[in-house]
Amino acid sequence: MATISLKNLTKVYGKAEVIHGIDLDIADGEFVVFVGPSGCGKSTTLRMIAGLEAVSGGEIRIGDRVVNELDPKSRNIAMVFQNYAIYPHMTVRENIAIGLYTQNLDKEEKARRVENAAQILGLTDFADRRPAALSGGQRQRVAMGRAMVRDPAAFLFDEPLSNLDAQLRAQMRIEIKALHQRLGSTIAYVTHDQVEAMTMADRIVVMKDGHILQQGRPMDIYANPVDVFTARFIGTPSMNIIPSGLAGGPAAGDGGRPVLLGVRPQDLHVGQAAAAGGLTLAGPVTAVEPLGPETLVHFRVGEETVIGTAPATQIPEVGSEVSARAEDAQLHRFDAETEKALESR
Amino acid sequence: MTSVTETPGLAMSRINPGAIIRWTILFIGGVLMVTPLLYMFSTSLKTPGQIYDLRLIPAEPTLANYIEVLREGDFMRWFINSSIVAVVVTLSNLFFDSLVGYTLAKFKFRGRRFVFIAILSTLMIPTEMLVIPWYLMSAQFGWLDTYWGIMFPGMTTAFGTFLMKQFFETVPDDFLEAARIDGMNEFTIWWKIAMPLVTPALSALAIFTFLGNWTAFFWPLIVTTSKELYTLPIGLTSFAVEQAIRWEMIMTGAALATIPTLVIFLVLQRFIVRGVMLAGLKG
Repeated sequence: MATISLKNLTKVYGKAEVIHGIDLDIADGEFVVFVGPSGCGKSTTLRMIAGLEAVSGGEIRIGDRVVNELDPKSRNIAMVFQNYAIYPHMTVRENIAIGLYTQNLDKEEKARRVENAAQILGLTDFADRRPAALSGGQRQRVAMGRAMVRDPAAFLFDEPLSNLDAQLRAQMRIEIKALHQRLGSTIAYVTHDQVEAMTMADRIVVMKDGHILQQGRPMDIYANPVDVFTARFIGTPSMNIIPSGLAGGPAAGDGGRPVLLGVRPQDLHVGQAAAAGGLTLAGPVTAVEPLGPETLVHFRVGEETVIGTAPATQIPEVGSEVSARAEDAQLHRFDAETEKALESR
Repeated sequence: MTSVTETPGLAMSRINPGAIIRWTILFIGGVLMVTPLLYMFSTSLKTPGQIYDLRLIPAEPTLANYIEVLREGDFMRWFINSSIVAVVVTLSNLFFDSLVGYTLAKFKFRGRRFVFIAILSTLMIPTEMLVIPWYLMSAQFGWLDTYWGIMFPGMTTAFGTFLMKQFFETVPDDFLEAARIDGMNEFTIWWKIAMPLVTPALSALAIFTFLGNWTAFFWPLIVTTSKELYTLPIGLTSFAVEQAIRWEMIMTGAALATIPTLVIFLVLQRFIVRGVMLAGLKG
């Protein structure tokens, strides 16, 4: 296992700079998830770490070696791809064994490692099948087996669960997390799914337009997003962001600059009467989403649509007037121009 | 009346005029294709006196022609010559066309497009125009009347390169990148990972190249002068020039010559069908 360190890393395609000098240190055994919308540069960053994209500027270290100029095979990393990239003309066993292609091991040791990986991943019964005879989840496990068997310095995952259905994705999240705990390996994981990021990461790195906006433990980012983008991106449903004036508060903050208020739908309780302090919003219901344990209520406040939460038993009619309340402690304040958080809560 | 036109009777609905026309055209096409083949086999079973008796099933079928053709020393020689030429050229095309096609499909380098267009543009030059430079070249290098002289113009083809490039473009880059991370060098990636993924194209190319070279007539006729180096199509014509046109012998030789082509087609056709099915599955 090893640390991964990025220093002032840049990537340029033609004249367009897509990664703008990012710095990041991934500790030995840490599970770091890069998250962000499509085109934010997270996959490019991962591919530069893997050696599949040339580095335009800056430095990548794996362990204590600078790897900028090294081939992918010389970096001692393993990668799992979005569409599995397991070879259709080889059996499961052959696919896993190909991970040991360059390693100078005797036949018995290779076979032992392959069997061991297949056993950990529950693939023993399918070892002689070809990928075409496997389900999506099994194929992704084969790809993980091929990565595992090499005992690499670090694992890189590039949106590995995107092709799976929701139920399988949830199951594989748990399996990957368990695998990390079992192997204690360094993992860099790219996803656009913030649920994956929240549930799996030791540390989340939020990226946008080739910059790192924020990094930290999942709950820290959830509780203290540094800007409107991160606030909206992390958490489901997204945080409500409304102009402070619309919410009945002062339209401008201390410096006279306009302020945005943020409140998570889970903190905005529909049906609670107005009280002193905190935030009270009211308006006509536009949609309701009964989720079972609770109901999400969409209602209009001025020009904005806001989402609040009602108890499972309260399902308001569409078109009816509702009011909702959040405690002051649950509110986030952002500068309306820079969209940066105004204070840490 | 309206209800009748809206819901045609059962018998009416079963008759599809489009299908009748399609099947009729296909049937006629099939008959046109198969008839010469049947007459070839039929004539090969006839005695010289029966040649102009156009019955499909000979009155007195005989295998004497086959025995004579196979006893004739030169026939087996020509058969072997054709086999050597067709097999070597086919293997060469499979290797070099796919190597060039892969490079053009999967590597980005300056001039890639120019090279591809240059290769494609050679498809527009007719063989008849190329024969003279080929001949001059062969004469200069001493390749006339040699195996290499017969084979060299076809060792790589623009068509094969184009076909393989198009197929390699459908191979996802992730496979190749995964192999790079797994530690393979570029040649091994091509050989072990990319090539097995394009078996349908390789099979198609093998069939086309083999058949093309097995039946090649024009260039081998020009480049060979000694009888020992004749390929089958050239050799068969000698049945027509030495004494008289011996149709039964020509047809027997031709019937024997179709055997390898049938075998190649039947064996490789399975790979084409299987390859297409594989390609339809994800991962």
